[in-house]
Amino acid sequence: MSARPPNQDPIRLVGLTLGYDRHPAVHHLDGTVRAGDLLALVGPNGAGKSTLLKGMVGEIRCLDGRIERAGTFAYMPQADEIDRSFPLSVMDLAGMGLWRQAGSWRSLDRHRPAVEAALDAVGLGGFEARPISTLSGGQFRRALFARLILQDCPVVLLDEPFTGIDARTVDDLLELIRLWHGEGRTIVAALHDLTQVRAHFPSTLLLAREPVAWGPTARVLTAENLARARNLSEAWDEGAAVCVGPRQAGAHAHEHGAHDHTHHEDAA
Amino acid sequence: MIDPFGPILAPFVEFGFMRRALAGCLALSVSAPPVGVFLTLRRMSLMSDAMSHAILPGAAAGFLVAGLSLPAMTLGGLVAGLAVALLAGAATRATVVREDANLAAFYLISLAAGVLLVSLRGSQIDLMHFLFGSVLALDDSALVLLGGISTLTLVALAAIYRPLVMECVDPLFLRTVSRSGGPVHLAFLALVVVNLVGGFQALGTLLAVGLMLLPAVAARFWARDLGGLIPVSMLIAVIASVSGLSLSYHLDLPSGPAIVLAAGALYLASMLAGPRGGLLRRLVRARHLEA
Repeated sequence: MSARPPNQDPIRLVGLTLGYDRHPAVHHLDGTVRAGDLLALVGPNGAGKSTLLKGMVGEIRCLDGRIERAGTFAYMPQADEIDRSFPLSVMDLAGMGLWRQAGSWRSLDRHRPAVEAALDAVGLGGFEARPISTLSGGQFRRALFARLILQDCPVVLLDEPFTGIDARTVDDLLELIRLWHGEGRTIVAALHDLTQVRAHFPSTLLLAREPVAWGPTARVLTAENLARARNLSEAWDEGAAVCVGPRQAGAHAHEHGAHDHTHHEDAA
Repeated sequence: MIDPFGPILAPFVEFGFMRRALAGCLALSVSAPPVGVFLTLRRMSLMSDAMSHAILPGAAAGFLVAGLSLPAMTLGGLVAGLAVALLAGAATRATVVREDANLAAFYLISLAAGVLLVSLRGSQIDLMHFLFGSVLALDDSALVLLGGISTLTLVALAAIYRPLVMECVDPLFLRTVSRSGGPVHLAFLALVVVNLVGGFQALGTLLAVGLMLLPAVAARFWARDLGGLIPVSMLIAVIASVSGLSLSYHLDLPSGPAIVLAAGALYLASMLAGPRGGLLRRLVRARHLEA
């Protein structure tokens, strides 16, 4: 596949705050995801991992700051956002990944070998005609990975891609991610399994609504950082005061390394 | 040699008004069921019912302005229906309230406005007769309208088919690869309105919704994917139209309800005998396969 990344950084976060109903879920985040990065997003529940990915793909608006994006993005949400009872074949689900080539009208027949190859690559060869409603959770995840392969994007965002997947499938999918990494693609994945992150992801962003640390995995996933992440409150305070944090946050360009941002939320 | 189809087809051979009725119903039978298939798959079955109420104030306004005129009332119905569909769609995209709730809110406003408008004018008998139309009195302009709606629906569905399916299965994915999600959704809602308005004016509101939904639901018992559901639903609607009209002639029944009841009977029969989840299939437990 031919996805040489552009020399530009695919994602730049500048003073970014994302959230719902004015309550921040990701708070004052600065940083750059460089072309070819293989980045893990780690943090407790409610830390803002999914929110950050949604923001990166343009699904939710920034409350403050901005996200600068370059290149095309492929995004895999948590699977339960998809209507799996819809009468659609595995072939057609994976084929959606060809939207950029085929659009609304062009035939997919020409691409049939590519779709079959993608399904083979995720171990779903021979499943082409099966309705998606008959797939197990792990098989469905594999089908979504086949769709990602066909999208053939330089930037891939994965939201907890391995939840509820058996160990062998996870190994296969990690192998696929390593292949993508080798091809120079940029990959950002929200994950919970720290062993997995340490073994396969060179860099990590530890989030707990506030960014805790961002850099090489070994330096981020320390006992001290993890304890800090746990202590940052999950609570959503209805009476929280209006944040008067650093609006000019974009000024201090953040390089890879521990995040030294000392802003505290003015919770009542 | 007795021709079993003789009695069924006889009224259409004999009478021009029956042929006109058949032509109108067949036009609706190929355009409304595919729209209904997508509605049921999106769990929006009752939306067509709500929309059929939303059309009322527009038709009433057309009546107030121009009297009993098919173009004026059709146009009024289209405007009202599209306005409700667009407002509900836009409100859904802009706020956290779900589409069914928005639609309910807007159609209630529209219906109340319609009732108010109708009551402003003294005599309502003509209007009601017109609104709840008669299949057996289709004139040329009504037939042209139905034919046009049918053509438009099939062409438009073909044009938006792929993004419409993607929008149904995985709207989030469509949003990440294309901006067509919003326009496609609105185009689909417009097709619902256009089909309802056509059926509403020419055949009556009951028939319009009935031919849209009953064949679509019945088809679920026969076909597994969209490539099967759509033709099967059209076929069921055609059978219901022919048999309903024929029955209404022989037994002297009102035609609209006869067609809908025929479609209802086909739905019940499908639920019993259909190969995909039909009730009879459940009684016989087939031996399971090896893998």
